[in-house]
Amino acid sequence: MSNELTVNDHIPIALRTEALEQILVERGLVDPAVMDGFIKTYEQDVGPLNGAKVVAKAWTDPDYKARLLDNGTVAVGELGFKGPQGEHIVVVENTDDVHNVVVCTLCSCYPWPLLGLPPSWYKDPAYRSRVVKEPRTVLAEMGLDVPQGTQIKVWDSSSEVRFFVLPRRPAGTEGMSEEDLVPLVTRDAMVGVAEVIAP
Amino acid sequence: MTTINRASGIADMGGVDGWGTAPRPDPQEPPFKEDWEKRAFAMALLSMRLSGTNLDAFRHAVNRLDRAHYIDDGYYGRWLYGAENLLTDSSIIAPGTVEARAVNISGGQAEEPPAPEPHKPDYAPTAAGSIRQIDTPAKFSVGQRVRAKTLQALGHTRLQKYTQGHVGTVAIVEPAQVLPDTHAHFIAENAQWVYTVAFDSHELFGPDAETFTLNTDMYEDYLEDAS
Repeated sequence: MSNELTVNDHIPIALRTEALEQILVERGLVDPAVMDGFIKTYEQDVGPLNGAKVVAKAWTDPDYKARLLDNGTVAVGELGFKGPQGEHIVVVENTDDVHNVVVCTLCSCYPWPLLGLPPSWYKDPAYRSRVVKEPRTVLAEMGLDVPQGTQIKVWDSSSEVRFFVLPRRPAGTEGMSEEDLVPLVTRDAMVGVAEVIAP
Repeated sequence: MTTINRASGIADMGGVDGWGTAPRPDPQEPPFKEDWEKRAFAMALLSMRLSGTNLDAFRHAVNRLDRAHYIDDGYYGRWLYGAENLLTDSSIIAPGTVEARAVNISGGQAEEPPAPEPHKPDYAPTAAGSIRQIDTPAKFSVGQRVRAKTLQALGHTRLQKYTQGHVGTVAIVEPAQVLPDTHAHFIAENAQWVYTVAFDSHELFGPDAETFTLNTDMYEDYLEDAS
């Protein structure tokens, strides 16, 4: 084989991953079916649709919105959303005066039960390093121009608290039902790098 | 694999220049781009239990990577290398095992070290997760001026360099949590109050900085009164 390696070669990451799994499975330390279960959970079951349901409910139910802003963990739990990386949820509300944006400069902490696994831009060194130093510039690079009169609040997740942005409800959606609002709410809006757009 | 015992510093990216332009989000991006990422993700989650460690130890195992291992294979690459660090620390696998197996899979020949006798840390959590109920009253209150200490951590920490020495205002008193600095090293949980502290951007980055508020979480040990 032309691609035979020696121990002095750089091992490509896919091969390295395969090697570790083989070893752990062979020794009975890891069950591939358990791994498949984790993967399926975050590929199919836990993703931004959860967060979108929270947002649409908050937009249409003022009592729920008040509970959500008062105690995010309990309020998202009402909809069944809890689990790893969701021990304590703090919800911050975007308004005409304040725009919130979330980051984790030290790794990529993210509210998994509401948004699933973080997208690549959230894990990108450029985002992690710069959004805490020049958020207006970074947001513009990502396609969001925050009006000059709007105050920006950046939230750098460094403990087990997970921040979640309640985006502004777009004008023109006043007549829409909770159910119809859900598909409008994007992952990027719930981290604070985009606005929700009316259909 | 090159690892060192204290954090390399590469993970502490906040406020660091030189990383270029932020990428445009792709709304259609799947959770995993390549199949190996899925397997690395799942093994990293399992590595904590297998090695008898915890989430803070895993974060430290990632932060200990040198720059190439941290950056070159992306997020799930560093998760895989971090998992390998935990598994070798606890002698679940011997150093060199993964490399040797990879060579053998590729068709080459390498002798794999035998499975070592596991040596897990003498550690058990007092409860699930990181939040704890504590009796000590919170030292700081909402609205109080506080300064992030300047600390040259010898091991793991969540105190970012860009906040150190700067004064902010307590915005939220968060639930008490285990202290990553000691929990990552199995010394103690040291559960303590956590505060979301609001810093003015000019305090952090000078008079010419963009105007905004930076909020971040600070464990009580990271703070001193500045009122």
